[in-house]
Amino acid sequence: MGKTAASFLLAIILASPWPVFAQNTEDTPVRGFGTPVAQSDIDRLSITIFPDGRNLPEGRGTVRDGKALYADKCAACHGAKGREGPASRLAGSDGFFSIWDPLRILRIANSPMLVNSAGAQWPYATTLFDYTRRAMPHDAPKSLTNNEVYALTAYMLFLNDLVKRNFIADKGTLVKVEMPGLAKSTSAWEHEQNNGKH
Amino acid sequence: MKKTDLPEIAGGGLIARRSFLASGLLFATAAPALARTVDPGNATIVDGRPDWMTQPGGDGVAYGLPSPHEAHVVRHAIPYMDESVGFAPWHTPIAAQQGIITPNGLHFAVHHNGLPDIDPEVHELIIHGLVDRPLRFTMDELLRYPIVSSIRFLECAGNTAANALSFTPLNFSVDVISGQVSGAEWAGVRVADLLNESGVKPGGKWVIAEGADAGSLTRSLPLSKLMDDAIIALYQNGERLRPAQGYPVRLFVPGWEGNTNIKWLHRLELTDVPAFTRDESGLYSEPRSDGTIEHFTFPMGVKSVITHPSGLQTLPEKKGFYEISGLAWSGHGRIARVDISADEGKTWARADLDQTPMDKALVRFSLPWRWDGKPTTLLSRATDEIGNIQPTRKEWKSHYAAHAHNHYNAIQSWRIKKDGEVENVYG
Repeated sequence: MGKTAASFLLAIILASPWPVFAQNTEDTPVRGFGTPVAQSDIDRLSITIFPDGRNLPEGRGTVRDGKALYADKCAACHGAKGREGPASRLAGSDGFFSIWDPLRILRIANSPMLVNSAGAQWPYATTLFDYTRRAMPHDAPKSLTNNEVYALTAYMLFLNDLVKRNFIADKGTLVKVEMPGLAKSTSAWEHEQNNGKH
Repeated sequence: MKKTDLPEIAGGGLIARRSFLASGLLFATAAPALARTVDPGNATIVDGRPDWMTQPGGDGVAYGLPSPHEAHVVRHAIPYMDESVGFAPWHTPIAAQQGIITPNGLHFAVHHNGLPDIDPEVHELIIHGLVDRPLRFTMDELLRYPIVSSIRFLECAGNTAANALSFTPLNFSVDVISGQVSGAEWAGVRVADLLNESGVKPGGKWVIAEGADAGSLTRSLPLSKLMDDAIIALYQNGERLRPAQGYPVRLFVPGWEGNTNIKWLHRLELTDVPAFTRDESGLYSEPRSDGTIEHFTFPMGVKSVITHPSGLQTLPEKKGFYEISGLAWSGHGRIARVDISADEGKTWARADLDQTPMDKALVRFSLPWRWDGKPTTLLSRATDEIGNIQPTRKEWKSHYAAHAHNHYNAIQSWRIKKDGEVENVYG
């Protein structure tokens, strides 16, 4: 199909109030049962934070505030230092249990989740903010204010020695934190796209 | 024809089905059952007739349930995993099943912050981001679209993690080791139909899919896959989704790791880049042996497992005939063949496939086997249509860091001990 013809078709699709034929599923008319969403509804629901900081809200939080919040809302599941569990390890090495550790099998059997440490594996600090805001604390997700989430994010980064004690998390500083996981990260999908099948 | 005359097609007593059927041994082995003494249990037996043959039966029920005699066939909650570690997996009892379809109540499920009780009248799906027209859909509106259906497998990325992680093989059942895989017919609306309606702006390459559960579980998925064969699933095995499977609506991404099949789906955001959500940053990424961490490892690799016999079972009869049977699947397409070894991997025979393998679906494989009563090891090895072959555990481990536990698809070995006990082993 020529470029002009394609533009013409596209114009019809966009302009027509009736079911029309679209790309890929040429035999399937666009049903048009969806209804428009107000921008205010999108803004309310759209909570995903991206690695470049897109969608991070206004607000800020200090390591010091985060420490108090952490003790109150997080330590019971994640441990006083974010390393003890039983819930996912937040800080520490990449979680490898040495094969010389005499209790290794027991540790793995008892706490398979602990082998993943957010601080060591996650490539972007923005994910700490995103996940804490949407899913934590486990018994009351989405109950934290943006400032509280910033403070907890600052404290988790501090527990990983990735920021200094005077660090203040906000939408400008979070994207600048260098996570050790980034240098190790690869994308299997990208690799597959570039090199064909596995 | 004597038992010993049956031609073996591989070592350890694997027999071609044709010769086995022709020999009449099926009936010969069934013969001892005639002489058994029957424990009447709760049945009243008069003149050799149990009471269910002499009295009218009970009433029907509006929603049928399994026989009370099958009450032991339930999903297994994994004892060391519960909400305190962040999620709860429920495993399918694959050792108790045949065929390739998992009943809805037995389909494996992993949920990360409980099962939401969603009112379908309130729940909506919205599509926004790099689209021409942001749209919302009620469940009633979704049900007006053409519904397509396919039989597919679904497997958790962490299925068989115990064998990936544990330094020594743990003596568990196949349900506990590999029960995070199930098969079902999934029906719903093509994601492509909805995205054609919203339009996708240039630059839209990824779709962030989010659930409406307490944890708002979220994954970033390539637009190309969603346009290819993904559906907004509303039905499973002919009925609306169960809450544990995402009622009223889930994303179904054929062949891809379970976690990407977002349950309780309420939002699709078109973007240029992935979001690196919690699950794709840590839990569902793979530390490799070269020190890198692989993200966005979507398709589940080619895999098979013998379910009959399997871990913690005991073969009832030495030198008896058994039907070895199991399940095979690949996230890359159809299964091409499955080979079975009954002599610790020295020789292999091609297993029978119960049906023509379907794309990204379970297939049941089997072979008759005569156990000679000596200890041995049973193995199965699947190959898919694009030539992927199931690796050995040693090969798999060579690619991954010691603590890697996702996408483990190595050959499963079942040790048959002298007394007929079946045990999980490596190698």
